[in-house]
Amino acid sequence: MAEPQTSFIDRLMRIDRRVIFIFIGVALIFPLFLNVTERIQVSPEVQMLNDALNKVPDGALVLYALDYDPPSAPELQPMAVAAFKVALKKKLKMVIIGLWPQGPQQANMALETALRDDRFKDVKLTYGVDYVNLGFQSGNEAVIQKMGSDIPTTFPRDYAGTPVGQIPIMKSIRNLGNFDFMVNISAGYPGTREWVQFGVDRFGLKMISGSTAVQTPEMSPYVGRQLLGLMGGMRGAAEFEQISENPGRALKFMVGQSVAHVIVILFIIIGNVAYFATRKKKGA
Amino acid sequence: MRREIPTFIAFFVGVVCIIQFFIPHKPFGTLVDTFSDWFGIVAAFAIWLGVLNLIKVSLEKSLSKKTRDRWYGFVVVASFLLITVIGMFLSGGRQFQLPGTMFDYLYVNIYTPLSSTMFAILAFFVASASYRAFRARSWEATLLLIAAFLVMLGRVPVGDTLTGFMPEGYRMSEVANWIMTYPQVAGQRAIMIGIALGVASASLRLILGLERSYLGGE
Repeated sequence: MAEPQTSFIDRLMRIDRRVIFIFIGVALIFPLFLNVTERIQVSPEVQMLNDALNKVPDGALVLYALDYDPPSAPELQPMAVAAFKVALKKKLKMVIIGLWPQGPQQANMALETALRDDRFKDVKLTYGVDYVNLGFQSGNEAVIQKMGSDIPTTFPRDYAGTPVGQIPIMKSIRNLGNFDFMVNISAGYPGTREWVQFGVDRFGLKMISGSTAVQTPEMSPYVGRQLLGLMGGMRGAAEFEQISENPGRALKFMVGQSVAHVIVILFIIIGNVAYFATRKKKGA
Repeated sequence: MRREIPTFIAFFVGVVCIIQFFIPHKPFGTLVDTFSDWFGIVAAFAIWLGVLNLIKVSLEKSLSKKTRDRWYGFVVVASFLLITVIGMFLSGGRQFQLPGTMFDYLYVNIYTPLSSTMFAILAFFVASASYRAFRARSWEATLLLIAAFLVMLGRVPVGDTLTGFMPEGYRMSEVANWIMTYPQVAGQRAIMIGIALGVASASLRLILGLERSYLGGE
């Protein structure tokens, strides 16, 4: 028995998901092999973030809290790399921590990438003097609360096991009030929201944040007062790379994201055209 | 007493934490620091509880069911044991996270690409789900669809390229920024205020002992 013929519109209504996967795959993979970057419009939030970071005096003491893991790294790692490049340029003293177990290791990788930049090949960072990685501490917002009163008891050793009393940069640090500025890059809980609620509101930290695209809408209400700037998702990372003159992977990945967004929009249009055509046919 | 003592502890800790927010000096500041230490200790035990539970559930699933995916349970346990043994005994003790250790090698070359791949698959499913679900079935759905269109195009450079002929302030990225800064933030603030009020009332119920379901039992 012959199968009933499906019309062109019906087929548009039921495009196999594997077809969509192929289009998205090509859209994302192909631009990786192109050495093309697009000029992008910088949003007010990233402009604020860059202005705030520029106002931090050279040699200031800055807390870097990297609260994310590898799944979010494509969006957040470029932010961390660019933020470390700014630190290297301004010779900031860096204290690195993580409320996520993988955060400190992501920080090491980002710092290594930043140091590979030709502009910083002559920079000689001394561990313990110019920067320290205190590692991960469990306890989420309770860790921030405790850092507000006593950092050496919250982080008694750095991530390699050295007691903080033996680390020169830590000798002048007692609590969160000792930091001139803070950079938080976060993928969820615990992250920017907890730093705002406990670090900024309670202890007066001056803070900027980088968030995943999914999390950014939840952080937007804090911009202006609690957050001195916010970069959201790959786009935010690309804007920061452009405005801070540290071009990196985010700017490169924006081409792929452009094509992927256009393809998703085209599929949504196809789906809706087919939906209305089918509805009209049924109504007729 | 099994219910009264925990209720009293919750009341005492809750009240001290509230007072400490306004008077961060002795004895309240010191007490809250001690509570934070205890919180860290309990959290550390909770991690172990989670690990043991993961092993138990995975082994039970793998040993009792003859299903096709029962091998995944063994993979979970074997991966856990491998990374634990390498991290604790074969990577220089406390320095296990330093570049060059075996743990770091596994982290960079296995854990990072595997977990990134898992997350990247979302892009494909989101694209497929958008095609299927984003239909202008009602006035509200149409509004959401238009907002999504504008934000999706505005968040990538091609949006500005397509609307480059428009006067400044009306280009796609600026329209997307307006949506994200005003209607979106207004909605988020409303949600946040609602959540905050809910959390405050739930906390008060816990502190005052009106809410005891966390103690278990009837």
